[in-house]
This record gives sequence, C-alpha cells and structure tokens, in this order.
Amino acid sequence: MALKQSTGKRIGVTVVAWVVAFLIFFPILWTFITSFKSEIDAIAMPPKFLFFNWTLENYFEVQERSNYLKFAYNSIVLSIGANVVGLLIAVPAAWSMAFAPGKRTKDLLMWMLSTKMMPAVGALVPIYLIFRNLHLLDSLFGVGVVLMLINLPLLVWMLYTYFKEIPVDILEAARMDGASLLNEILYVLTPMAVPGIASTMLLAVILSWNEAFWTLNLTTTNAAPLPAFIASYSAPEGFFWAKLSAASTLAIAPILILGWFSQKQLVRGLTFGAVK
Amino acid sequence: MGSIALKSVRKAFGAVSVINGVDLDIKDGEFAVFVGPSGCGKSTLLRLIAGLEDVTSGQVLIDGKDATNVGPSKRGLAMVFQSYALYPHMSVRGNIAFALKMAGQSAEVIDQKVRKAAGTLNLTDYLDRKPRQLSGGQRQRVAIGRAIVREPKAFLFDEPLSNLDAALRVQMRVEIGELHNALKTTMVYVTHDQVEAMTMANKIVVLDRGSVAQVGTPLDLYNRPNGLFVAGFIGSPTMNLIRGPSAEKRGAATIGIRPEHSDVSTTAGEWPSTVRLAEHLGSDTFVHAEADGIGPMTLRLEGEAPLTAGQKIFVTPREAHLHKFDKDGKRIG
Repeated sequence: MALKQSTGKRIGVTVVAWVVAFLIFFPILWTFITSFKSEIDAIAMPPKFLFFNWTLENYFEVQERSNYLKFAYNSIVLSIGANVVGLLIAVPAAWSMAFAPGKRTKDLLMWMLSTKMMPAVGALVPIYLIFRNLHLLDSLFGVGVVLMLINLPLLVWMLYTYFKEIPVDILEAARMDGASLLNEILYVLTPMAVPGIASTMLLAVILSWNEAFWTLNLTTTNAAPLPAFIASYSAPEGFFWAKLSAASTLAIAPILILGWFSQKQLVRGLTFGAVK
Repeated sequence: MGSIALKSVRKAFGAVSVINGVDLDIKDGEFAVFVGPSGCGKSTLLRLIAGLEDVTSGQVLIDGKDATNVGPSKRGLAMVFQSYALYPHMSVRGNIAFALKMAGQSAEVIDQKVRKAAGTLNLTDYLDRKPRQLSGGQRQRVAIGRAIVREPKAFLFDEPLSNLDAALRVQMRVEIGELHNALKTTMVYVTHDQVEAMTMANKIVVLDRGSVAQVGTPLDLYNRPNGLFVAGFIGSPTMNLIRGPSAEKRGAATIGIRPEHSDVSTTAGEWPSTVRLAEHLGSDTFVHAEADGIGPMTLRLEGEAPLTAGQKIFVTPREAHLHKFDKDGKRIG
C-alpha cells in the first residue's frame, strides 16, 4: 500500500536522500578532483574545490613510475578467476544445501558464515608461513586461492537463498525427464538462477577487487593487484596526495563503472529474500 | 510394457510413518487412480513409484524388475506435476524436447517427435512461446506433451487438474482419458476428487492413513465398499450411514444406503423425516432431510420431485441396496 505524502514532505525526503548520497560519494569525488591537481594545490589550505590549474600530469607520472596495466591485469585475473572457481564449488554446494539438505545443513551454513567473523589478521601468520614454505608468496595462484576461499561462504550463502526460491518440482521434473545430476544443474537450475548467480558474482568480484589485506600481505610485485598499486604511493617518501589520488582513481574506475551499469542487479542481489 | 508392483512398501519421514506396508499390482495398460483424503499418502506413494522418494523398506518393481534402488531418471517413467513444473526459461518446444535431448536423440528425431506430440495436443501454434505466455490449460498440455514424447513405460499424474477451473478440468479429464485409449500406456493418477477417480480409472486404489483401504473397479467400490471408510468416501453425495435400531434389526452395527436407493412417500414408510432443503437440478432433485431419531439424510430423486422445506416425508430404503457393516466398520455379506 502506497503511503500518501504531501508535496512538501516529498521534496524534503528527496533533498535528504541527495544530501546523504552526496556525503557517501564525496570521498570518491574528492579523490577524483585531487587527481587533477598539482601536489601543491592538493595540500592547499583552505582546500581548492574547483578553481585550480587542472592537469593530467599525475596520470602520466603514475603510469611512468609504475605499470598500471600490469596491476590492472592482476586485479582482473584475481577477482574474476578466483570467483569463477569459487562459483564452480559454490553452485553444487548450494544445490545440495537447498535441495538435498541433511540434518546438519543449517549448522554447516552457520559455521561457514562464522568463518567470516574471525578477523583476517588472526590467520595471517600461519597462512604467510604456509605460503612461504610452498613458494606461493607473490603468485597469482596463491593469492587467488585465498581470495576464492574468503568469498566462498558468501557465494554459498547467496546462491543458497536464490536456489531456495526455485520450485523443487521443476528439478524433479528434470529428473523424471532423464536428466543426470550434472545436466539438471547445467540445463535447468543454472539458467533459472542466472539473475541470482550474476548478482552474486558481481558482488564477489567487487569484494575481491577491493580486497587489500591479503593482497598487500601476500604479494610484492608479480602478483600485486591494484590495491598494492595504490599503497605504493603512500610510502616511504611521504604522501603524494595528487599522485595517490590519480592512482586510486585508476584503480577504482573499472569497478565503479561496472557497479554503475549493474546497480539494478546488485540491489536485487543484496535485498533478495528480504523483500518479497 | 509397463507393469508396476509394490511389495510391502513402507515410507517414514523420521518417526512419522506415512506409508504403512502397501502391496499393489498395476497391470500393463491399466489406468490406476490413487484416491483418498488429504494426508492419506497418495502423493507420497506416487513419488515412491517415481523414485523421487526412497522407500524405507519394501520393493518397487517396474516390468517385473526391481527398481527400488534405481534413480528417477533411470526408471523410464514420465510424470505430470500438479504445478506443471515446466522449465520457465525454455520455449514449449524446448520443454517437450528436453527429455529427448537428455536421451541423446538426433535433432531430426527430436523435431519429428515434438511436432507429433504438439499436433496431438493442439500446441503446434505455441511451440515458440515461453510457458509464462500460456494459459493454465495450455501449460497442462505442455506438461503432458513433455511426458508423451518420451514414450515412457508408464505415466504418473500428481493431481494434474487441481489448478484448472471447473470447465477446463472436465475437458482435460476427457482428453487424458482419450489419450489413455489412444496410447494404451499404463497410467497412475493421483487425485482427491472422487469424481475424477470414478470417471477415469479402470482400477481405483483408495488410501486411508497410509494403507490401502480397498482396490477395485469404480463400480466394485461403488456397489461393494468393503468398509465404512470407502463407503463414505466413494460416491457423491455421500452414502447415508445409519446406526441404532434400524441397523440392529438388520443384524449390523451400521447400515448404509446411497441417496438414490431409497423410496420416498408422503404417506407412509420406515423413517418419518422432515425436508430441510430441496435442490432442484431438473434431472434430479437432491433432498436434504432430517430423519426422526436418526439424523440428517441425503436423498436423490429422479426428475422434478415437488417437495418443499418443512414438508413431512417417509423414507424407505431398498433392501437389495443396503450395505451392512459390523462394529469394526467391516462389510457384512
């Protein structure tokens, strides 16, 4: 049932929504603007908002000093690769939990979620040592495995809630039609769950793209993705705000654009099950 | 070929026993209907035959071979679901062709069989539509089409008509009946609607709380119900069941008389009664009466009987049509 609102109230709500949205977006906007400033303008007091000498110098310098494309390539490989592998594991796992649950399925789901509650730093030392001994430090494979594992509970949970929405009759019909388990998942379940799988994948890719803790600790150069690229501008010579901003803008631009175009799916994914 | 046999089949979900040792033979080509009130286990029994549920104990034989541990995809049976369960992302053609694709048939064979099935079911114009673009009756036909292209050993129907409106239900009932006459394939059909059971079946299996109450042809069950449960369940309006002196003087704990098997007089008879309501259908008149010392009674009189509410009548059962039951509810004689 729609609530009747007066025009005044509607305008008020709209203004508040825009103000909140602007506040949330402001850091990104400020980073973007700063990336076009000279280093002097970047730290000027009072801050210069729009009236300064706009320059692309930072971008040239950043590209010159470090190979952006290499970091971007690593980011793409890690965020997509890790989550595609994650999906291959999560789809059958979510299938079994949604359609063939055992007595302990609920406990298992809770346990998987609980692994997300532990602070990552608690596992850093053992994982670092294991990686060192297995020669996995600074390798795409090693970081990819970690990124895949930390997103796996989320993938399983999201897919599980999507799969729960699918009428089990349809899967049984596929079984009666002679479909093997693999064919049932491939030709019937997956196509029906495509919107859910897409928004799950999107969210997981964004999380992996932005993941900084493990990527910074387990990589140096070869396998370093964009968060490492940003971090390299914060030390040890001190902060170069303009260049740091240029690097940050370059790092978040691809995911920002992806997020912008897929916001409908993302919102649907995040509110799925909550709103019926 | 498609005979189905159940041997002491039991099914329990945890501590709750749903099917308590069912023995049943369905011969090749038979149209068997499982009927019973909701919760009697009829759908579970069908799913056990389909292999969608595992039996707790006992055996399921298909064509004389033990299929108890064979998965649903390997039993060679086709099922039509109450919800139709069409694949929403596939066209009508894709839905009907799916089983054939799974069986690895060639594109030409698939195309030919899909066309044939679509022709039989009047779906040719809709082959490229998605299920959501179809009406309820058309969806039901697609579900049946999906089943018949496979040329299965037997068809299983799980309350397939309960989502359709009354007129369409009668039409589809006739179509399924004709389909059975044309294909002569074994069909097992689950319904709670005893009119569907009476009109479609060669063999009715009445289920009561997880056990078979009686198996027989529709008229067997109608004319010789083996107990109070079947007597009260089969037939519409239901049989009048009478206890007390009228039953005792005939040597039974309960007697039953169908609504159409009593004579009604305005002057004299065995049970003096008062008309509460008379329903005039033209072909018949249904009379709901209150018999003195017995209780409510339903009567079915041929043609237009000039009775009105409040009128005094006398009801006399025809002895040849009386059903007698003992104190355990079993049939006598």
